[in-house]
Amino acid sequence: MFNKAGRKIPSFIDGIGPLVPYREKAANGQYKNTERSKDRQHNPSRDKVMGSIEQVIEAIGLKDGMTISFHHHFRNGDYIVNMVMDVIAKMGIRDLTVAASSLTDIHAPLVKHIQSGVVRRIETSGLRGELAHAYSCGMFDIPVIINSHGGRARAIASGECPIDVAFLGVPSCDPYGNANGYSRGDDAASACGSLGYAKVDAQHAKNVVLITDNLVSYPNVPFGIPESQVDYVVVVDCIGDPKGIVSGATRYTSNPKELLIARHAADVIGASGYFYDGFSMQTGSGGASLATTRFLREKMLAANVKASFALGGITQQIVDLHEEGLIHRLLDVQSFDLRAVESLKNNRFHHQIDAEYYASPDNAGCAAHQLDVVVLSALEIDLEFNVNVITGSDGMIRGASGGHCDTAAGAAVSIIVAPLIRGRMPSILDRVNTIITPGHTVDVLVTDQGIAVNPLRQDLLNNLKSAKLPVVSIEELKERANRVVGHPEPIKWADKVVGVVKYRDGAVIDVIRQVK
Amino acid sequence: MSRLRRTMLYVPGNNPGMIQDAHIYGADSIMIDLEDSVSLNEKDAARLLVYHALKTLDFGSTEILVRVNPLNTPYGRDDFEAIVRAKPDAIRLPKTETSADVIEADELISEIETKIGLPCGTIKLFAAIESAKGALNAEQIATASSRLIGIAIGAEDFVTDLKTTRSREGIELLTARSFVLFAARAAGIAAVDTVFSNVKDDEGFAGEVKLIKQLGFDGKSIINPRQIEIVHRIYTPTEDDVEKAQHVIEAIEEAEANGSGVISLNGKMIDKPVVERARRVLDLAAAVKI
Repeated sequence: MFNKAGRKIPSFIDGIGPLVPYREKAANGQYKNTERSKDRQHNPSRDKVMGSIEQVIEAIGLKDGMTISFHHHFRNGDYIVNMVMDVIAKMGIRDLTVAASSLTDIHAPLVKHIQSGVVRRIETSGLRGELAHAYSCGMFDIPVIINSHGGRARAIASGECPIDVAFLGVPSCDPYGNANGYSRGDDAASACGSLGYAKVDAQHAKNVVLITDNLVSYPNVPFGIPESQVDYVVVVDCIGDPKGIVSGATRYTSNPKELLIARHAADVIGASGYFYDGFSMQTGSGGASLATTRFLREKMLAANVKASFALGGITQQIVDLHEEGLIHRLLDVQSFDLRAVESLKNNRFHHQIDAEYYASPDNAGCAAHQLDVVVLSALEIDLEFNVNVITGSDGMIRGASGGHCDTAAGAAVSIIVAPLIRGRMPSILDRVNTIITPGHTVDVLVTDQGIAVNPLRQDLLNNLKSAKLPVVSIEELKERANRVVGHPEPIKWADKVVGVVKYRDGAVIDVIRQVK
Repeated sequence: MSRLRRTMLYVPGNNPGMIQDAHIYGADSIMIDLEDSVSLNEKDAARLLVYHALKTLDFGSTEILVRVNPLNTPYGRDDFEAIVRAKPDAIRLPKTETSADVIEADELISEIETKIGLPCGTIKLFAAIESAKGALNAEQIATASSRLIGIAIGAEDFVTDLKTTRSREGIELLTARSFVLFAARAAGIAAVDTVFSNVKDDEGFAGEVKLIKQLGFDGKSIINPRQIEIVHRIYTPTEDDVEKAQHVIEAIEEAEANGSGVISLNGKMIDKPVVERARRVLDLAAAVKI
């Protein structure tokens, strides 16, 4: 047969199968849209840019009962969630599921959207402030679902959590949808660095809307989100408050107790058996886990040990070690401060990764499973080493699951750092109020008054004991705390379930009940 | 060997969180303060708090001192009455100027010990010298009571009394430090140096610690746990020091076995003071487990 280019081609080849002849108009769109080409001469920025969020929502056909998603890279400086929800509420759309990567204090207006029926239910990694308080007090009918970062990525990628529309705030974007968390031209008013959590939504949502206050010329390379995944672009005055998005620099704590814990944690890493040239690490952004980096640096210099990579939320401290040559590669799912943002932009081996690559338990391999050491904080830990990072000692929701259970499960050594006593409350309980990370994935607890090793890890116990570190049983540590502060009265829970905590594989590991 | 007093950590007596955590940083001694760090309207509350803290908390093997208000203030006597009953290792007297100050405190403690059935002499005393008069009387102060386990210099009040200010080099303190040290050594008790108040100046702090160690002080008062490691590092003998000390002891033991008194090691004379210094290095090394 002859195709439209006038060439004779076979219709079938053994071993390959049937062939489709070239036509001037392809089934999946035009080969060349000459009309659009002519139009572009006059209006180069037409492309995917729409006039307003309302127009986009109309164009997509957002309907009652659909699922929409947001990312939390703007942290407490985020304007996107509230901005989009206000438009949706005004348009009279109802019963939506909001699947955010996380939510925080600034998202308090969601309370009124749930009360008025615009939002039916929420999935998130964490919540704080008024919204968290409203859930914990039993104000809503449907419980909030708490996902880990890896668990959320898994659910979205596997289709378990289908997203109809992702509304993603981006600090720089071109008219065709190439977006990033910073801007080459230094003109991003609100840089956030890595777009790691948003990348998953962009890849899998049915409709992807980027919202920016910084439209740059095509092509916006390098990009965190590529044009191929983007349906619409909306330009607004302001996507967030830079002060709430990143701090200038994450400071080392000067709290002597946190420094003491950090020093012990570095000692544990040094003696663990996993401190070798080419080891890998992740530290949380809490005071003690962040400060561990400082003491680890001294050990790395003394022993001439370098890390192959650091993973997760990247901070100034990790960047400094990278630039000093002590960490070869940075895998950045979330940039915590301005130094990390600058480094992502300027350092060749500081690499932006998505949450699925970071921590999904369900793909052919995630970076968290390559970790040697992770240092994590805890609100509470119990005698079985289960960890709570979501509910406070009063039972109220006030935290986030984050990558806690993902990295604890993935790392060869998961180290929890916590003060033995916080205010008047002991950190070690018989049973934690809410399990986020199961005890069998937690290896070592480091407190200001001693170190406890999970009995499942006799290898670590032997290594730490040989290094003469102050190792005692977790029961003994608990006793020490109770001798000082006594036993806290149990929280009075009502029967109503207000939160469902999913483990990284999507299974429910615990529920959060209403506080009486 | 006698107790190590390389670091004496100040803890305000009105701060429950700091009192509760004071022992976790590894200071040799903790000094809970009822005097200058507690404002007048909190004196009663702090006294009660410290009393209950001492009765309740387990500070492990850390030495516990309580600095009381002077007996010539309205709070001093009540402080003694409460604190002796809480049984710290020692009471620290502020602004000691004469031996009479020490004797007065000694007698008051004896009286309370008798009242509560505590063996006389259980609660020790530590005297702080903070004026020119006190420095000149250091010798009498240091020998005024068998309860006295050490004397300290408090520089802030002292330089005010001298009509000067503190310099980074500390030249204005040299005479007073020497007086206090001589008095302590003559009386066979401990000598502890004053605080260094700029907690951000680690370098300046380390310089001062090196100076007072070289002068002969047992240790230093400190106001932030971060300073502990610096002091302990400077006071810890190096492996080289320990090795040399071991050689000295081995040589002298061998000489004693052969019946000779004075010997030489690598061309240097080894006599009694050299041996004593070597023993002190080994004791210190044993105490910090190198």
